[in-house]
Amino acid sequence: MNTTRRTVLKSATASGVLAGLIAAGALRPTQVLAAEWNKAAFDAHDMPGALKGIGAGATADSKDLILRLPDIAENGAVVPVDVVSTIPNTSSIWILVEKNPSPLSASFDFANGALPEVSARLKMGQTSMVKAVAKADGKFYTAQKEVKVTVGGCGG
Amino acid sequence: MADPMKIRAQLKGDVAEVRVLMAHPMETGQRKDAAGNTVPPHFIQSMTVDVGGKKVVDGHVGTSVSRNPVFGFKVKGAKVGDKVVVSWVDNKGDKRTDEGAVA
Repeated sequence: MNTTRRTVLKSATASGVLAGLIAAGALRPTQVLAAEWNKAAFDAHDMPGALKGIGAGATADSKDLILRLPDIAENGAVVPVDVVSTIPNTSSIWILVEKNPSPLSASFDFANGALPEVSARLKMGQTSMVKAVAKADGKFYTAQKEVKVTVGGCGG
Repeated sequence: MADPMKIRAQLKGDVAEVRVLMAHPMETGQRKDAAGNTVPPHFIQSMTVDVGGKKVVDGHVGTSVSRNPVFGFKVKGAKVGDKVVVSWVDNKGDKRTDEGAVA
């Protein structure tokens, strides 16, 4: 019985969150940026869902995609990350944190001479694999590394 | 309105290293305040970087980017004096655009 109640509560929260996001999306016409925020991918709650959301079906590990992260992050609220792709024709890079509530952290499309490199700072809720995905010529490549988190950066 | 961004673009060879610091709370929607109420999500969703009048980076961001996000990019073929324009839009529709120049 408790399980049923839990399930109902869970789905109620989920739909509440969705309603909020739709409302947020309604503000979208004010924005002038070309590409749409990929809601399906950013809202996914697990790694397979997020990868599906960005359209990365088949991925291959690549040594030419370099992911620089600390081995141990003392503060999960600020984890510096560097992603460098030396794969020819890399057009996009995604950064995902496997055990975060929504794994997809950020996506970047490069054009007009921008090198396929990005540095950012991530929040990590707990020790987790961090994955970088690069897209080049329609193919998806990945690199990953585990980061141990001593103090989580999600929640409060 | 959010505070201005800090934009720095340094030319090394023919590659400009662009670094941007955005002032934003980046609330995940999971944190609770002192009274135990959930703080609603408030985070940057989209950003663009233009160098010398051309869009070089189109980025999308989720809740798991740190508060006051810092991003670094490298742009080949930039020249000293090229204008660097960075814009972002958050999930509430707030936006901000700031300019810098390649040095």
